[in-house]
Amino acid sequence: MCLAIPARIVELLPGDACRVDLGGVRKEISLALVDGAQVGDYVIVHVGYALSKLDEEEAEQTLALFAEAGLTGSSLAAAADEGAA
Amino acid sequence: MKYVDEFRDGTLARKLADAIAREADPARNYAFMEFCGGHTHAISRYGVTDLLPANVRMIHGPGCPVCVLPIGRIDMAIRLALSHPDVTICTYGDCLRVPASDGLSLLKAKARGADIRMVYSAADALALAQKMPEREVVFFAIGFETTTPPTALVLSQAQALGLANFSVLCNHVLTPSAILTILESPEVRELGTVPLDGFIGPAHVSTIIGSRPYAFFAEEYRKPVVIAGFEPLDVMQAIRMLIRQVNDGRAEVENEFTRAVSEEGNLKAQGLVSEVFELRRSFEWRGLREVPYSALKIRAPFAAWDAEAKFGLEFVSVPDNRACECGAILRGVKTPIDCKLFGTVCTPENPMGSCMVSSEGACAAHYNYGRFRDIPVVAGTAS
Amino acid sequence: MSLAGTIKKGYVRPLDLKHGRVDMGHGAGGRAMAQLISELFAAAFANEHLDRGDDAAVLPAPAPGERLVVATDAHVVSPLFFPGGDIGCLSVHGTINDLAVMGARPLYLAASFILEEGFPLANLARIVQSMAHASREAGVPVVTGDTKVVEQGKGDGAFITTTGVGALPHGRDIGGANARAGDAILVSGTLGDHGMAIMAQRESLAFDSEIASDTAALHGLVAAMLDAVPAIRVLRDPTRGGLATTLNEIATQSSVGMELDEAAIPVQPQVAAACELLGLDPLYVANEGKLIAICAQEDAERLLAAMRAHPLGERAAHIGTVTADPNAFVQIRTSFGGRRMVDWLSGEQLPRIC
Repeated sequence: MCLAIPARIVELLPGDACRVDLGGVRKEISLALVDGAQVGDYVIVHVGYALSKLDEEEAEQTLALFAEAGLTGSSLAAAADEGAA
Repeated sequence: MKYVDEFRDGTLARKLADAIAREADPARNYAFMEFCGGHTHAISRYGVTDLLPANVRMIHGPGCPVCVLPIGRIDMAIRLALSHPDVTICTYGDCLRVPASDGLSLLKAKARGADIRMVYSAADALALAQKMPEREVVFFAIGFETTTPPTALVLSQAQALGLANFSVLCNHVLTPSAILTILESPEVRELGTVPLDGFIGPAHVSTIIGSRPYAFFAEEYRKPVVIAGFEPLDVMQAIRMLIRQVNDGRAEVENEFTRAVSEEGNLKAQGLVSEVFELRRSFEWRGLREVPYSALKIRAPFAAWDAEAKFGLEFVSVPDNRACECGAILRGVKTPIDCKLFGTVCTPENPMGSCMVSSEGACAAHYNYGRFRDIPVVAGTAS
Repeated sequence: MSLAGTIKKGYVRPLDLKHGRVDMGHGAGGRAMAQLISELFAAAFANEHLDRGDDAAVLPAPAPGERLVVATDAHVVSPLFFPGGDIGCLSVHGTINDLAVMGARPLYLAASFILEEGFPLANLARIVQSMAHASREAGVPVVTGDTKVVEQGKGDGAFITTTGVGALPHGRDIGGANARAGDAILVSGTLGDHGMAIMAQRESLAFDSEIASDTAALHGLVAAMLDAVPAIRVLRDPTRGGLATTLNEIATQSSVGMELDEAAIPVQPQVAAACELLGLDPLYVANEGKLIAICAQEDAERLLAAMRAHPLGERAAHIGTVTADPNAFVQIRTSFGGRRMVDWLSGEQLPRIC
């Protein structure tokens, strides 16, 4: 795989660099591969480089899709949920 | 960790598991290949298999750059380091333990006096070259499309700086050509001995190349592809989307990882890569043998920073152990426990074949995380 | 540590602990060495046994019925100073903990130093002070020692070996082979703190965090635990290789399996985040102030309460159960809802990119 993790930009630094925060851990990474990233944006970090910006709206939508999974299919789902609970 | 923990939630996992169980047709079997080691790792690490119905089978693909790196390429680095005392080899931590010829690895070569250093980033290798002008710093670069742009960046920086003591030994490989090789394998294409109903497409590779390159597989080979993130809920959702496509008789490219992957990918990174690299006519993959147009080499204007040209390095192919079944395992023809070497002479401490090399390889993942499944359940007293 | 305490004040300039450096003379056995010993080591560690200045310490025998327990531990760590500690206090805690997890009462320490020529005396003094502080705090004196100097390039600043002696009460049997199916598995606190504190300092990986090493002497905690549950079966400190490797050692020694509950295993958020960044698993990261305890299931609640009542066990947790399994597999129920094995560490734990 290619190990990469979303982290939040907390500070823009000179020379295409920035500082990101991941759960309280901070690291300086390069922004040379993405355009227009701002403080507060989440970027996907791989080997010290941001590969892309993370689209927060899309992330919420994907999570909403997961959450809906248990609700669709009506009675079967309800039964399965009860069984598992 | 925002955008990480939510995608590992156990409650949502149960809901998705229910949905998958509901939607999978009990009258048929589903076999999907997760191409990437990242997905293999997530499946093993989180125990995703336990949440899937018995008729949904996951085949672990060749998408681990460390696993598919042929021994001969590591040998090139080791020979260079041992024969040139002024050379410092920098590489990612993953490469250090990969076994090479003569019982060596980069780590063992270091014990024999070679100057081998682990770096976190290509930029660290470049910085080291600037810091040590008296030494030749060679960055041993591996990885798929994800890891290639940073290498391209340091090569163009080295050129701009005129940094004469820095070069790259390039082993970057391409995802689509490996998928093509699997689809073209006789077991999948002609014999049909490996039912392959679809692919989970790469997560981070796709942030760079976008979702478009997979359209060919969907159209030409009628295989559904769902690009998915590397978190376990992403994997489960992708499986659910693949099941739906199969049930509907569709073969499309769908994107589960919309939070990071667009159709066109990262154009800036793509531009940089094509400026610095060109296709190799052929490249050997461990387990898949020679795969045409499956890797990158450094373009002529950057030859001064190409370690292969600079030091006249020759690739010598080294065959794997004959009993090794990695090739068949990577194509989904066999599983790790079908291999005689698995868990006997081939273990993570002493890997014989590519699938045992990195924890993302099919064999190492099964050995480290799943081999209890091979053994009949012993009555536990766990509460 | 022979003191050769015959140097007269005024004849020798005091050690330059600000700008001075270790030189070969400091290990040569002559006056320079005697001066280093008296002005630095003896002054810092001062106690009745060391003060005698003989080649070995003469110590009283333990109480009748008690057995002697000896442990030795070589300490190499890079960097020598790290958030939460340094090689000095680490070398005291490490050996005390090896004694403590046997159920022994640590009594005395011996220390030997291998110093690299050129090592700043200021750093050495800092290390020695830290060791002395740790030893006094633990109530376990350094009663004898040795110093050697190696040429520049042949060491990494300072290596310290400590040997500890403790007393084990009659009838107490704590050991890795004692785990039985059905037993409870407990840990005394968050995992991976020490290893990640070190990792954060490595030049090639550097990241900023508030992660500090958990280095601590555990004999006080162990004493409190034994007061609550005298029949603890296994105690062990999960140092190198982390929780995962230590549990596998115990499982193999006892020929049992284990089943862990991932959600119950305490890991600090920053340690978890740093592990994500580097592709590491906190279960394999080193600890220097934590212990694993295995006891009968019916004793678990009481033992957990005793651990949590102690400052070094505030975040203690019941993380799993010993199972009957001739394969000695350690398995885990993931928070995600699946199962997997937690195997021995393969090779050295290295940061990954893939």
